[in-house]
Amino acid sequence: MDILIKQGRIIDPANNFDGIADLLIQGEKISAVKSTLRPRSKVKVINAKGMWVVPGLIDLHCHLRDPGDPEEETIASGSASAAAGGFTSIACMANTKPPIDNPAMVKYVKDKAAAEAKINVFPIGAVTKGLLGAELTEMGRMIEEGARAFSDDGRPVTNSGMMRHALEYARQFGVVIISHCEDPALAEGGQMNEGYFSTILGLKGIPALAEEIMVSRDLMLAKEFKGHLHIAHVSTEKSVDLIRKAKDKGVKVTAETCPHYFTLTEEALLKYDTNAKVNPPLRSERDVKAILRGLADGTIDVIATDHAPHKLEKKKVEFQAAATGLVGFETALSLVVTELIDKKILTRKEAFAKMTVNPARILNLHKGAFKEGWDADVTIIDPLAEAVVDASQFLSKSKNTPFNGRKVKGQVAYTIVSGKIVYSNA
Amino acid sequence: MQIQSGKDLLGLRELPEADIESILKTAASMKEIFTRPVRRVPPLIAKNIVTLFYEPSTRTAASFHLAARMLSASVNNIQVTSSSVKKGETLIDTVKNLEAMGMDAVIIRHSMAGAPHLVAQNIKGSVINAGDGFNEHPTQGLLDIFTMREKKGKLKDKKVLIVGDILHSRVARSNIWGLKTLGAKVTVVGPPTLIPKDIEKTGVTVSYNLDKEIKDADFVNVLRIQLERQEAGLFPSLEEYHKLYGINAERLKKAKNDVVVMHPGPINRGVEISSDVADGPYNVILDQVTNGVAVRMAVLFLLLGGKRAKR
Repeated sequence: MDILIKQGRIIDPANNFDGIADLLIQGEKISAVKSTLRPRSKVKVINAKGMWVVPGLIDLHCHLRDPGDPEEETIASGSASAAAGGFTSIACMANTKPPIDNPAMVKYVKDKAAAEAKINVFPIGAVTKGLLGAELTEMGRMIEEGARAFSDDGRPVTNSGMMRHALEYARQFGVVIISHCEDPALAEGGQMNEGYFSTILGLKGIPALAEEIMVSRDLMLAKEFKGHLHIAHVSTEKSVDLIRKAKDKGVKVTAETCPHYFTLTEEALLKYDTNAKVNPPLRSERDVKAILRGLADGTIDVIATDHAPHKLEKKKVEFQAAATGLVGFETALSLVVTELIDKKILTRKEAFAKMTVNPARILNLHKGAFKEGWDADVTIIDPLAEAVVDASQFLSKSKNTPFNGRKVKGQVAYTIVSGKIVYSNA
Repeated sequence: MQIQSGKDLLGLRELPEADIESILKTAASMKEIFTRPVRRVPPLIAKNIVTLFYEPSTRTAASFHLAARMLSASVNNIQVTSSSVKKGETLIDTVKNLEAMGMDAVIIRHSMAGAPHLVAQNIKGSVINAGDGFNEHPTQGLLDIFTMREKKGKLKDKKVLIVGDILHSRVARSNIWGLKTLGAKVTVVGPPTLIPKDIEKTGVTVSYNLDKEIKDADFVNVLRIQLERQEAGLFPSLEEYHKLYGINAERLKKAKNDVVVMHPGPINRGVEISSDVADGPYNVILDQVTNGVAVRMAVLFLLLGGKRAKR
């Protein structure tokens, strides 16, 4: 049935629009956005007064654990969790078991998503076979099967020569190489950000430099060899500075950060909370402020979740033995509303650009904007709804969040994918 | 009397001065029991204590056992090897099982920082940290402080040098927290590769010049250096280490006449401390060992034998 969304605040950054209007979905496609549209017969009307209506949110960075760890997440549970978080499209990383490093594996994810997921799932292929950093994957054939970007995320492409080849080779397809920036020798054995807090907790530190050296290297490679580089999960002040300078010089680079890097500092670890153990680690207050500046001035293009589900057994152990990562689908939007929009770090348009049109452009998707004839992916948000994060209610199979019990504002009311309501909280 | 800050002793970082004072005071009376013909008193007669050690230890385990027995507690030792951890049950399951068997307190040593905190969050009984990774070794810190007080009285404005591998030392951290709480001036001395980042923010001074710092020091607490740090590329050789940071008689000539040399043991003779110092007049290493038992008796008594309501 067609859907008419009445009198919501349409926030469409790609069209530089933020105003009250009606939006009509016909079948699977966007039909019209106008100040008022008359409901015809046989149309479902959603009264969106007081709500925000945005192009369906796109997550550029998540882990679905399929294949490999169905106890932690599956494509079905992960996509349901994402839908509950307002995401209509997600790009899943290649470090599954086995990794998504060949055309058949890309097809597996696409087929599984077609069967199980109510939202769009775009596989990210591995840069190197087995994520081993030694041989390039068949990017061309993987793109034919639906791969949208390439990354060895979870680990860096340590060999600079290999990273060069990846950036160069990807150019012919116009696809992006997403880099997990970490110098393995500097980070080795590290448990948290290196600094005063690692010193007083007696945990081995990971210096900010472990990230920044690789950011620096990758920016130089991208400048020299002209590939499109995307820096994943930016967490430090100097990384932001380096990316800003590179952009000024015309390097084809984009960057993302995650809600935890603009919300939490390393102090979250003072009680050895393993749910706040993540890689890159939570950084200092100074870094958080720099991330906020980088978001505000556009240096950071994208807000991604780095949704990384882990079962309780991998978290309810000694800190050093605990897995790294946190689930992010079901808290990301509220944290953006609460920490960025409400606090006037970003305007609504700026914030949603980083969750819609910007990731869409990086993945070469015809999504992330309200354009006639495009897929009707829409997220409707109640911006005033307050809630307390309750991990036990997550649709994700895993509950590893450091935000449990946190008061947030902004809740998803509807998630609509290709004209179908896939999640509703109204 | 009891420890106000809770059921556990996890570290000295958050232990209030009043609790440190009450432990030191109790330890003094406990030490008096040593001089009696029958070295046993009854306060913990119905208590079951388990020492759960995930790292090998002879001295600390023995010290806790003797302390517990002198207070008439029954004490069991569980030594866990790292290989059995990999195969076996989780830390939380292990301590919950022990608690189900009637354990009142667990004394835990673990190679991972924060392990005792994890235990404390998951059981009702008392947890005493006997060393967790590089984080803390609170009873060692307390026995060092007890020994310092015994030798020189109040520690306010006394200068304490901690020499060696600060980065990997839980003894250093517990010393720093306790000593700063009591107003001592602490200087850490060691190669820059073994000084943790931002340690100055704890209120200590950092120096790489032992000969200069030793001149006006009241105490020199010498840390054990481990060969694996050389293998990890943190310093080039034990010989060079001894030359730069070893405590020997020659170097001590520069110090005050009443300087006190301490070491948490076990000592590497000829590396961080020379034999002439380890056996010489300035050292109090064996006093530290004796005081360790008294301090651990005090901690056990205050956590388990005070007037705390039954849980």
